[in-house]
Amino acid sequence: MEAESNELSETVAEAADTAVETVAPTATAVAEPPVTKVKTGKLSAYDLIRAFEAEQLKNDLPEIYVGDTVRVGVRISEGNKERIQPYEGVVIAKRHGGLNETITVRRIFQGIGVERVFMLHSPQVASVKVERRGKVRRAKLFYLRDRVGKATRVKQRFDR
Amino acid sequence: MSIGILGKKLGMSQFFDDAGRSIPVTVIEAGPCRITQLKSTGTDGYVAVQVGFGDIRDKLVNQPAKGHLAKSGSEPLRHLREYRVDSVEGLELGSQITVAAFEAGQKIDVSGDTVGRGFTGLQKRHGFSRGPMSHGSKNHREPGSIGAGTTPGRVYPGKRMAGRYGGKQITTRGLTILKVDTERNLLVVKGSVPGKPGSLLNIAPAKRVGTKPADGGA
Repeated sequence: MEAESNELSETVAEAADTAVETVAPTATAVAEPPVTKVKTGKLSAYDLIRAFEAEQLKNDLPEIYVGDTVRVGVRISEGNKERIQPYEGVVIAKRHGGLNETITVRRIFQGIGVERVFMLHSPQVASVKVERRGKVRRAKLFYLRDRVGKATRVKQRFDR
Repeated sequence: MSIGILGKKLGMSQFFDDAGRSIPVTVIEAGPCRITQLKSTGTDGYVAVQVGFGDIRDKLVNQPAKGHLAKSGSEPLRHLREYRVDSVEGLELGSQITVAAFEAGQKIDVSGDTVGRGFTGLQKRHGFSRGPMSHGSKNHREPGSIGAGTTPGRVYPGKRMAGRYGGKQITTRGLTILKVDTERNLLVVKGSVPGKPGSLLNIAPAKRVGTKPADGGA
């Protein structure tokens, strides 16, 4: 799991790099000859969209695993004022990838289970901090919904 | 002032606006287009700008087209389209139109061919409801009755039936440009546009239709 997500983030970074590099030579090639040639772009549609999305990706996100306890700083704007409200809970699911990546964070608030889904790359998510690493054997911890009290605890792991 | 530009649909993505909302967007690679002809009232009877777009191999362009393109000093171009304008002042034959002519926040009309669906039935083509799937019914996706009996004794013209669906040119009006990337020649447009990725799109400033201003009163 760890290696996989590492690889993913690397390929994203690589795609962005190559995109920028290949843009530069075409631009110079256009400028050089007196009769300028109209270039419709050497990059594929996939690369161009990747590059467009790469601009919006956050690169300061920590590695988040299912089972971790995280503290998410949520941007809230009231009128003109903006403040950051922390929300802490257990990551019970991760969905999607790239720009659309989300985590579902569950916490018990006043005896009621609350689950919030955060788009990790959204500007509304100001910060994500991993408070505690959890040791779990599932990719989705939906079974926590059926549990109360002590049974909802997630075992801590120290090797991450 | 933008007159119009040709482009290629690249696909859809999402974009976070200033408020942090995720907005579905279409990424369009538009231009640079070459002005290949300036039409005037004297010679053509109307005023328009003809622009060309798209790489094409030299051997695929026939001699008449080459001759036409040579007048503006253009390289082989795949597509030629016209935009009606009030006057061609300030526009130069052979010059380029890029996405820089557009700006973020501008309203545009995008036209292109819709996704071709081939020969389809009534459910897909006209949104008819189907018959019961069970209880002995054999009428699942049939058209049902297509008219009365001896009177009028014919099927009225325009009766909606199965047939070719899609692959027709439509215009999606009043889309908003969210971002212009002059370096990569990209337009990022809110919402969806006709066709599949790779299809040709014709992008023009929003045209006023009816009594409401197209740009929302501005």
